[in-house]
Parts: sequence; C-alpha cells; structure tokens
Amino acid sequence: MTWEPQIFKTLHQIPREEHVFPGTPLCAGCGGLESLRLAAKVLGSRVVYVDAAGCMTNLAAFPFTPLDASWLYTTMGSAPAGAQGVRDALDVLIAKGRVPKEEDVQVVVLGGDGSTYDMALSSTSGAITRQLDFYYFCYDNEAYGNTGVQLSPATPYGARTTTSPCAVQHPAGTTQEKKDIFEIWRAHRPPYMATVSPRFPLDLEEKFARAAAYKGPKLFLAFAACPTGWLFDPAQTPDVARLAVECGLWPLKEAVNGVVVHTYWPKLTPVEEYLKLQGRFRHLFEPVVQTEAIAHIQERVHGYWARVKREEGNS
Amino acid sequence: MTAEMMTGNLAAAWGARLADVDYVPAFPITPQTEIVETLAKWCGSGSLNARFVTLDSEHSMMTAAGAAAATGARVFTATSSQGLLHAFEVLYTVAGWRVPLVLVNVSRALASPITLEPDHNDVLAARDCGFLQLHAETCQEVVDSILLAYRIAEDARVCLPVMVNLDGFVLSFTREPVTLPDPEVVKQFLPPFRPAHLGFTASAPRSLGTAVFGGATYSYFRHQLHLASLNGLRVYEEAAADFERLFGRRYDPVEQYRMDDAEDVLVMTNAFASKGKAAVDAARAQGRRVGLLRLRMIRPWPAETIQHALQGRRAVAVVDQNLSPGQGGILFQEIAACLYHEALRPRALCSFIGGLGGKNLSEGEFQAIFEQTADAGVRGTGIGPVLLFTESEHREVEQLQFLAHELKTGR
Repeated sequence: MTWEPQIFKTLHQIPREEHVFPGTPLCAGCGGLESLRLAAKVLGSRVVYVDAAGCMTNLAAFPFTPLDASWLYTTMGSAPAGAQGVRDALDVLIAKGRVPKEEDVQVVVLGGDGSTYDMALSSTSGAITRQLDFYYFCYDNEAYGNTGVQLSPATPYGARTTTSPCAVQHPAGTTQEKKDIFEIWRAHRPPYMATVSPRFPLDLEEKFARAAAYKGPKLFLAFAACPTGWLFDPAQTPDVARLAVECGLWPLKEAVNGVVVHTYWPKLTPVEEYLKLQGRFRHLFEPVVQTEAIAHIQERVHGYWARVKREEGNS
Repeated sequence: MTAEMMTGNLAAAWGARLADVDYVPAFPITPQTEIVETLAKWCGSGSLNARFVTLDSEHSMMTAAGAAAATGARVFTATSSQGLLHAFEVLYTVAGWRVPLVLVNVSRALASPITLEPDHNDVLAARDCGFLQLHAETCQEVVDSILLAYRIAEDARVCLPVMVNLDGFVLSFTREPVTLPDPEVVKQFLPPFRPAHLGFTASAPRSLGTAVFGGATYSYFRHQLHLASLNGLRVYEEAAADFERLFGRRYDPVEQYRMDDAEDVLVMTNAFASKGKAAVDAARAQGRRVGLLRLRMIRPWPAETIQHALQGRRAVAVVDQNLSPGQGGILFQEIAACLYHEALRPRALCSFIGGLGGKNLSEGEFQAIFEQTADAGVRGTGIGPVLLFTESEHREVEQLQFLAHELKTGR
C-alpha cells in the first residue's frame, strides 16, 4: 500500500506564513533549521518551545528570538520534564479558570540528537509513559554539533568526528552503529511518530498535520544536514538531505499507535554518492578506498530495506 | 486552635496544603517520601486541589517544578540528599528563571558511604544556587516556614525559589505538637499567586532562559539575582511581622537562645539546635554564661543580624553539622567572614564538626565544646576544626574494623 498525502498534495498548499524568521545565529545551510521552519508552518505560533541544550539554544539569545512563539530553555537532560511542567500547569490553570482556554498553547520539545538519544532518555521515557500531550522535535545532525562536532549515539558508522577520528586503531572513524531512537520510542507506543527531511516538504507538512489529530507524545526525527559538522558547502545542504533519503540511509516513515509505514520508497542509489559529498566520510575514499567499511554501510542499508519490503510489501 | 501531633514530614505536607498549591511534581527518596505520599493522597481525594505527578528523577522533577512555576502555577516539591544533588544543575537553572516555588529538603548525609541519617552537606552544597534557604528546628516551624517561604518567594522584590530545610529522621519522623494555621487566616497572609511577569499564553509569547553572549550581560543578570536575594532580608522581616500578627508566632532570621548575658555562644542550625539548647541549660546550671544562636535563614545571609548578635562576646563556637573536606565547617567560614570587620568581634572563633550522618552529640561533647571555647576566649585564639568523636564511638568503629578484618582473613 502506498502512503499518500491527504492534505499537502502540492507545494502551493504549504502555508506562506512564516513563524521562524531569518537572522538567527545558526550556521548557514543548517538543515535542522530548515525542518523547524517547515514544521512551524503547520504548528503555528500558539506554541511554547521547551529547548534542550544544543545548537538551537542559540536561537533565542537575549534580547532576540526568531520565533513568534514562546520559549523556555531548560537543560540538556530534562526538556521533556520541562514540557511536563508547562503542560500540567496550563491544564491546571485552565481548569481553575486562571488562563482562558483560548490562550492555550502546544508544547514542543526542541532537542538535538545528543540530548534526544542519550542524556534526555530518562525524562523522555518518563514523559511518554505518562502520555504527556506534546511534540518532540529532534534535529538530528548525528553529532554533538554545538560543541564542535563530537561523537554522539546518533553518529553513523564510518563518520569522522573530533572524538571519533579516523585513526590507526579505527580507520573508519566511528565504529559504533547509529542508535535506533525511533524503535526506542516505538517500544513506548506513543500515538504518533515520524521521521522527516526538509527536502521532502510535502511529506514533512503532511506528517505534522496528521500528528495534530493525536493527543499524547508525538515524535519528529528531523534530518539535519550539517555543513559545519559534516564538512560540505552550505549550498549543498539540499543535495545531502535528498541523497540521504534516496540512498536509503534516512528512511521516511511514520508510526501510528506503533504501526510503522514507510512514507517514501527510495531509489536506493549507492551510498557512495551520499558519502562522497561530505568531508566526514572522506577518509573512506582517500588516501585509500576503505572498501570493507563502505560495503558495511551499504549492506546495512540493503538489510534494512529488505526487512521493510518483507514487512510492508513491495509497492 | 488546638495542637495535634505530627511528624516533620506531615507538617511539610500541611505547609503545601495550606499554601493551596497548584502543582506537585514528585520523586520519592528517604527520608522525604512521606511528604509526597501524603500529598498524593490529598490530591487524589481532592482535599488539595492540585495536580500530583511522579517524575522519572529529581532532575526532571525540579525541571517540571520550575517550568510549571514559569507557566504561572504555585508549585511545591520536596527531596533529600542524593536527590537534591541529582537536581543540582536545575536548581541553578530555575533560580535563574526567577520563578517562585518552594522546595523542601529533608537533610540526609551524602554518599559515600551511603547512609540515611541527617547532616547538612546536601542543603549547604546548594547555598550558591540562588534559592533562599530557611532551616527549621521544630515541626511547627516546618509548616510555618513553608508559608513564609511562599510569601517571600512570590514577592515582586524577590521572585526567587525558596528551600525549606528540615533534618531527616530527627525531625522528619519525630512527632511533635503542631498548631495548624487557620486556612482562612492563611489567605490573608498569603495572597493568591497571580504573577504578571510569568506565563506562556497564545496572545503573550515569552522567552525565558534565553542564552546570553558576553560576560557583561551574564553579570548583569547574576547581579540582579544577588540583589533580589538580598531584598529577601527586608521582605522576610515584613512577612515575619505579619505572620506574628496573624498567628502569634515570631520567627526571626536568627533565633537567640539565652543570649542576653552570654559571654560564649554556640552557633547551630536545625533540629540538633534543640540538643544545643539543652546543653546551654545544663551549662548555665553549672554557672557558665553561655547562649545559642540558631541560624534560621542561611540565604540571604543575615550578616548584620549575626554581627549584632555576636559582637562583644568572648568566644563563639560554630558547630557545623557538615564538613568541607580539606577545609572544615561551611558555616564557620561564613560566620568568620561576616565578623572580620566587626570592631567588637569575639576574641576567639572555634570550629567544631559534629553530627555527621546523624552521629549523636552527647552531653560530654557539648561540655567539651563549652570548656574548649571558654579557654580559647581567655587565650584569644580560636581552635578547630575539631572533629567531634567520643571514645565509645571510637571503640564501636574499632569493633567493626576488627570484625571486617576477621571476615576478610577468615580468622
């Protein structure tokens, strides 16, 4: 069965209204910001962003904010608990008549992969278990980006970071596999989860629109191509984001009440095309080609999609 | 109203109930757990119209507490010891948000070695985080201090969270007669929480906790926090006066016990001060002119009141129920610092470390403190830090070491 957008069928349907304005201190070509901008077109301005320590903490720097929504910076490990406090307080204050119902706002956690995949897991797991009504927006740039690109549990095998350098002991750079945070979330059975890429804007907007129908925890894992950390020209962010999906490394999918459906079937172009665009993988190609490492990445992609085909059928 | 018997923990729960809090984020830890158990029951029965939520850790609990206060709710929470330290980062964070809330800490010594009984290394570790701190000696003082704490925290001149400390076991599980304030009179003392500067609503978006670039901006906000904390001295005095008028009980930032003609003074805090008072009575019966100064307010530091109370004394002994390894007693340093410029400062300052991990302070130890302090006052040179430890305690530990050796060697 092919997943079809119901609401966003053409680009013209994407709201022109902006809620994330230009002039932020984030890096040129930030793929995470692109995703957030698209997400906010559906989320709107009746939002409080509860931020975890990460690149996007720089968004609201006194006295500026690029958002027309509210903002609360918390810590690296407890943004979902901050969301809990805000949501609970709004519920209580509305129930007691101290905040009018029409003043209610959506609570959106904003976290990078370092927070999302590791440090905030406890508070995230707690929030999902309590069925907190909130969005979790993770901009995944596969490293601790704000501190200068170090290994995170989201860093993929073969990528070079400043703390997983290409070295004699481990020529591939990162030797661990990217943690599957999607499945960790899914084990909690939240009502809605999705992965998104800003190069697939209709898919992204459709997912945010669908998620709005569900009360409870809603996860969005946003691919955040990172020119600064992945070492490519900022102008190439769209190419990197598109190729990540097309080569099968960043599957676009959603899970409604735990049932996974892939929302786009990629061409499965060879992973080399994606890897070669980025300096973080250059050591896989020069001075010698690390054939085994590249094959390993390719095999894992094929393995993943073979399993998807078995489980969801060939479209 | 008649007094009823209740534990320090139950008194703390009553403080939250009388303050009519909106939200209680919780996490259990000994010896605080009875507080949140009680509040869970009351929230469930509707006798307290608040939402009770169990978080996944104290770190999350404090974040939820601060975030809810930032949204405009009156928030109460409680923890102890390791829990307070687990939440440590968030203490600084929410104080920086300038949100009023009340956190009860039930003091318990810190690992390692892991233990359950009280000392003040937990709460004093948090002395620099920006929370105001009130330390209670009795169960009555616990419930009253929580009401005072909300009044100060929510004052526009302060806008800071307040920590109320009570000792684990010694107070948390001790039943004492407590007169509960009349809820209708509490309403006169503590107006409803309607902060104009807080809240996240659709029509009035706000950014809180934003980043700053550069030391000048950072310094500005930290200076503001410091000055707001100092405002707490004045605001506390006003609140305490109102409290006395409405409820008939007076709480000064420091309590002076038999101080009028005292030449030597013991400085203590919290429940062990009751032992100190008994020791003062015993020493006076023997003809010693001694008194006790109990610090109730630790932050802001009531320097002037302390200077005034201690000026002209022969000697002062600070009994710290805490230990900064490699330095000594934490409160000793603060007392010494605030007396430095005092022309009539005591001739000797003595530092004693006692009651760590709930270790008893015996009559003999107090007697030794009085004798050594008097000698120091006569000499004009202070002593310490003296690590209080009795011979029988020493024998007890030797016996355990002997057993450990036997078990290890099989002999």
